[in-house]
Amino acid sequence: MKATARRQWAEWLVTLPSFVWLTALFVVPTLLVFAITFRAPTPDGGFGKEWTLTTFWSLGNPNYPAIIWRTIWVSTVATLGCILLATPMGYYLAKADERRRRWVLLLVILPFWTSFLVRIFAWKVLLHPDGFLKHALEWMHLVKPDTTLLYNVWAVLLVMVYTELPFAILPIYAAAEKFDFRLVEAAKDLGCGSFRAFCSVFVPGIRVGLLTAFLMVFIPSLGSYVVPDIVGGPTSEMLGNKIAQRAGPDRNLPHAAGLSAILAVTMLAPLAGYMALRKQGTPGSDLMEKGA
Amino acid sequence: MRPSRVPAIVTWAVILFFYLPIAVLVVNSFNASRFGGTWEGFSFKWYVKLFQDESIWMALSNTLIVAAGATVCSMVLGTCGAFALHRYAGSKLQKWHYGVIYMPLVLPEILMGLSLLLFFVAVRVQLGLWTIFVAHVTFCLSYVAMTVLARLQDFDYSIVEAAQDLGAGWRVTVLKVLLPMLAPGILAGGLLAFTLSIDDFVISFFVAGPGATTLPIKIYSMIKYGKPPMINALSALLLLVTFLCVLVSQWISHRKGKTGA
Repeated sequence: MKATARRQWAEWLVTLPSFVWLTALFVVPTLLVFAITFRAPTPDGGFGKEWTLTTFWSLGNPNYPAIIWRTIWVSTVATLGCILLATPMGYYLAKADERRRRWVLLLVILPFWTSFLVRIFAWKVLLHPDGFLKHALEWMHLVKPDTTLLYNVWAVLLVMVYTELPFAILPIYAAAEKFDFRLVEAAKDLGCGSFRAFCSVFVPGIRVGLLTAFLMVFIPSLGSYVVPDIVGGPTSEMLGNKIAQRAGPDRNLPHAAGLSAILAVTMLAPLAGYMALRKQGTPGSDLMEKGA
Repeated sequence: MRPSRVPAIVTWAVILFFYLPIAVLVVNSFNASRFGGTWEGFSFKWYVKLFQDESIWMALSNTLIVAAGATVCSMVLGTCGAFALHRYAGSKLQKWHYGVIYMPLVLPEILMGLSLLLFFVAVRVQLGLWTIFVAHVTFCLSYVAMTVLARLQDFDYSIVEAAQDLGAGWRVTVLKVLLPMLAPGILAGGLLAFTLSIDDFVISFFVAGPGATTLPIKIYSMIKYGKPPMINALSALLLLVTFLCVLVSQWISHRKGKTGA
C-alpha cells in the first residue's frame, strides 16, 4: 500500500514539469483561441472583457468562403502531388542497395535541415521575371515573355510541394522498407505487369505509410502562411495569410482568433479520419504480415 | 521481366528539383548584378555588404541566445516528460500527458503562434525576446520528449533495479546510470530542438515584440522589403553551415558505426 502511494507520488513528480508547462502554454492558449472569438477588439490592439457575438457574425464576410475553399483545395492538390512523387521514391529507396540508399536519404534530408525561408526565397529568385527559369523557359518557347511565373496559385502549389516533400518521403520510405517485395515478384510471376503490380500490390502494402504522409503534409499545408505570402499574390491568399493579416497589420485579435478557430475545425476532420483509419487499419496489416 | 526504371527516374528528378533552386541561389550570390537576371561578373560585394550590416549580427546573436536557452530548457523538461511517459505507461495521467506532448507536433505552427500571442496579451506580458524563448521551449519540448521516448523503447529497467539493489540512492541512480545511458537520445533531441529553434519563423513572428528580431524574422523582412542580393549571400552562408554540420555528423556516426562493428 505504502509502495503504491510512493510510486504515485514519484509519477506526479516527474510528470508535472512538462505537463504543467504544456497545459499553461499549449492547452490554455489553444482554448483561448475559441474563447476570444466571442470578445470584442479594443482600440489598443487587445480584446474586451464582455462576451459578444459581433466578431462571430463578422466571420460571415463574403470573401471568406472562397479563401477557405482555396485553402482546402490547394492543400489537397499539394498533398497528392507530394504522395505521387514520394511513392516511387519510397519504392526505389527500399529496393536500392545500402550505400546508395544512405546517399539518397542524406540528399533528401539535407534540404530539411536548411532554412525554411531560404528555400522559399530560392524559388522566388528562380521564378522571378528576370530569373533563370523564366529565361530558360522563354528560350525553349514554353512561355511567352509576358507570362508571370510568380505571384499565382501555381507558384504556391509548386513551392508547397517543394517544402513538404521530405515529410511525405520519410514515412512512405519507412513503410516501404518493411514491405515484403516477394509479393511483387509473385504478382509478376502470375502475369501481372510492373505498373499493375506497383498499384495493386505495393501501394496497398504501404497504406499506413501513405496515410501518415497524407497527414504530415496535409495539416501543415492547411495552415501554411509563409509560402503564399512570399510566392503568392492576392489571388492565391490562404487562411493563414488572413490570420496573420488580422493579427498583424489590422490588429484585430478576436477576428484572427475566429479565423484560427475555423482553421482548427477544418483540421479536425482529417485528423479524426486518420485516427479512425489507423485503429481499423492495424489489425488488417497484422493479418497481412501473418499471411506472408 | 526487366525491372521498371520509373522509380529511379522519379527519384533523381526529385533530387534535381530539390537542389536546382539552391544551386541557382548560391551562384547568384556571386553575381555582381543587382537583380540577378543576367550574369554581370563574379563579385564578393554582397558578402562584404552583408558583413558590414550590423543589424544582421544583432539578429544572429538574438537567435543564438534564444536557441541555446530553449534547447537547454526543453531538454530538461522533455527528458523528464519522456521518462514519466515510459516508466508509468498505461496510467490515466500518462494518457493525458501523452496527448499534450503529441498534439503540438500535429497542429500547424500558425495556430500555435496565434494562440501564444493571445495568451501573452491576455496575461499582459510585454512581448520581446523573452516571449520568443517561452514559445520555443513549448514546441521544442515535444520534439525532445518524442526523441528520448524512442530511445527509451529499448531501455532495460533491470539495470536501474540492479543499481538500486547494490545500494545506489535515487540521485546516484539518475546521475550515474540513467542519464549516461540516455545521453545519446537527449543529445539527439537537443540538436533537433536547437535546429528547429534557429529556423523557426512563424511562431517567433507572432510573439516577437518590437526590437526582438531573430535571424529568420530579419531574413523575412529582407525578402519582403528589398535587399535581395544580400539575402543571396546570407542564404549561401547559411546553406554552407548546415551542409557542413550535416556532413560532419554523418561522418562521425559513420565512423562510430565502423569502429563499433
